[in-house]
Amino acid sequence: MGLMTLERPGGKRRRHLDEVLLALEGVSLRFGGVNALSDISFDIRKGEIRAIIGPNGAGKSSMLNVINGFYQPQEGTIRWKGRERRRMNPYLAASTGIGRTFQNIALFKGMSTLDNVMSGRALKMRRGLFWQLVWIGPARREEIEHRRRVEEIIDFLEIEHIRRTPVGKLPYGLQKRVELARALAMEPELLLLDEPMAGMNLEEKEDMARFILEVNEQFGTTIALIEHDIGVVMDLSDRIVVLDYGRMIADGTPQKVRREQAVIDAYLGVAH
Amino acid sequence: MLYRETGQFRTSYAADQAIFPLRQDRIGLAAIALVAALAVPLLADDFFINTIMIPFLIFALASIGLNLLTGYAGLLSLGTGAFMGVGAYACYKLTTFFPEVNVLLLILLSGFFSAGIGFVFGLPSLRIKGFYLAVATLAAQFFLDWCFNRIGWLYNYNASGAIEVPTREAFGIVLTGPTATPLARYMAVLALVVLMTWLASNLVRGRIGRSWMMVRDMDIAAELMGIRLLRTKLLAFAVSSFYCGVAGAMMVFLWLGAAEASSFGINVSFQVLFMVIIGGLGSLLGSFMGAAFIWILPIVIRAVPATLGLDIGAATVEHVSFMLVGGLIIFILIAEPHGFARLWQVAKQKMRTWPFPY
Ligand SMILES: Nc1ncnc2c1ncn2[C@@H]1O[C@H](COP(=O)(O)OP(=O)(O)O)[C@@H](O)[C@H]1O
Ligand SMILES: [Mg+2]
Repeated sequence: MGLMTLERPGGKRRRHLDEVLLALEGVSLRFGGVNALSDISFDIRKGEIRAIIGPNGAGKSSMLNVINGFYQPQEGTIRWKGRERRRMNPYLAASTGIGRTFQNIALFKGMSTLDNVMSGRALKMRRGLFWQLVWIGPARREEIEHRRRVEEIIDFLEIEHIRRTPVGKLPYGLQKRVELARALAMEPELLLLDEPMAGMNLEEKEDMARFILEVNEQFGTTIALIEHDIGVVMDLSDRIVVLDYGRMIADGTPQKVRREQAVIDAYLGVAH
Repeated sequence: MLYRETGQFRTSYAADQAIFPLRQDRIGLAAIALVAALAVPLLADDFFINTIMIPFLIFALASIGLNLLTGYAGLLSLGTGAFMGVGAYACYKLTTFFPEVNVLLLILLSGFFSAGIGFVFGLPSLRIKGFYLAVATLAAQFFLDWCFNRIGWLYNYNASGAIEVPTREAFGIVLTGPTATPLARYMAVLALVVLMTWLASNLVRGRIGRSWMMVRDMDIAAELMGIRLLRTKLLAFAVSSFYCGVAGAMMVFLWLGAAEASSFGINVSFQVLFMVIIGGLGSLLGSFMGAAFIWILPIVIRAVPATLGLDIGAATVEHVSFMLVGGLIIFILIAEPHGFARLWQVAKQKMRTWPFPY
């Protein structure tokens, strides 16, 4: 499939795949009668690219929403950076280093690319109302400092030319990229990407795959990736979780998962 | 090519962040400042200052207040009139208790009272949005209106039920009450409005302004990026109400000289809302343009028959002016839903490339 030619710049990736960054234990999530997730346990290790795959409605997005505290699972626990949490909440997740992008683009439509990416710095900026009002002095210095960092990310993702454009006017592929930039601006330790390549053409997909790899390698960011394109998943990820109807049906390296009969039946066999 | 940008390179992020990065804009602003601070005081008569300039500036400030809430944070409010009233009554009580204190300071302090009330009435905004929130603020409007009418303490139990502004000074100059000159009041209004506009422009371009726009554009994404919605919305309510409160206090103390509950009715809320929408949601400059349009146009229309020597009854003129302004609002909103601020942007874009559009 498409991305076999993809080069990994650093050659063999250097990583410490033994340190567990996030672990889910027996997580179940229900919406009324719907079991979105049933008794899911898996972990994400520091520095890896962890793919979550499965047919539509399998519970992948719900999984990410549990991880960053938007949904509260009825059962189960989450260990995040060694601390056990019964409940996560979005503020806690964001401020302790979980960033994400969304399946349906959730950019701030009325703002420019630059402001969207700057908004990723919201939690890192400290100056309060008084200094914001006065502007001259600390608030301005802080803004410039963060602007510098944001410009690096903008350069990195090659979106300099659309810096001033209101994001609503951008084509779909670029919007996805701005969303990645916004998430990166949070400098997350764990980056959750919900179908970052959905609806893209081959070239855009290759760009996005390259960015994901570079983020992982250059910044050492751990990535949880939901993606439907099996070729991309097999190429990019270190380990894969497979969900089907809210249940986990496989977990392991691409080579291992590819051979599991349950996966072939539930997903690969049907979709391809 | 009025707006030729060529050659004006921004060499640092600091320069890039300036409110007016372009030289043309800075020149324009300086010209407006000169007119407002020198030409108007020197050339304009009392009528012009009293009926046009002072109320225009005060309504512009109220519009900025509402714009911070509705245009930037995306929270619709129909309680502007009442929040202005809170500022006015607070200032009245403050000057009753502290007659010696600089009245400009008291006007600014009254903003804190309206900010507090705005904060309280902003609490439902966590649970409800859009029209439902508008209805909640409408409830605030009626409740506060009732308070202004029924709580005698607020108007010092005057038989008339109205508040009458006593003579008060700032820096040795009489600013309020019957003996204050229009010019002195104008300069005070101008100073406060300029100061507060500057503060607002600082606020909206930094972290807090962005957090408001995040909530406005996509509250779920904002929340998942760690923005605490309630705090952010309540801050918007508080700051917005502060501005409205100060505008209300200025309205009574530096313009009308007296007021009663009906001065802060739902009509005022709608009037300010029109100004914000016509001017452009999310634009401070637009607030000024909207206030100018809604406040000044009817005055001009009313003056037309007299200037032309036509003998038309005052009531008819009033109705015609109502219809004309209403019609124009609808026309403008169809032609450019984003208001004057957007029209101005487009015009600037055209001037930049003129005379070669491509
Ligand atoms: N907020 C919600 N309310 C009710 N049901 C939901 C909600 N979110 C997800 N679901 C349900 O949970 C199941 C999993 O959905 P989702 O996580 O979006 O799947 P995927 O991302 O794998 O396509 C679906 O049956 C969906 O209808
Ligand atoms: Mg999904």
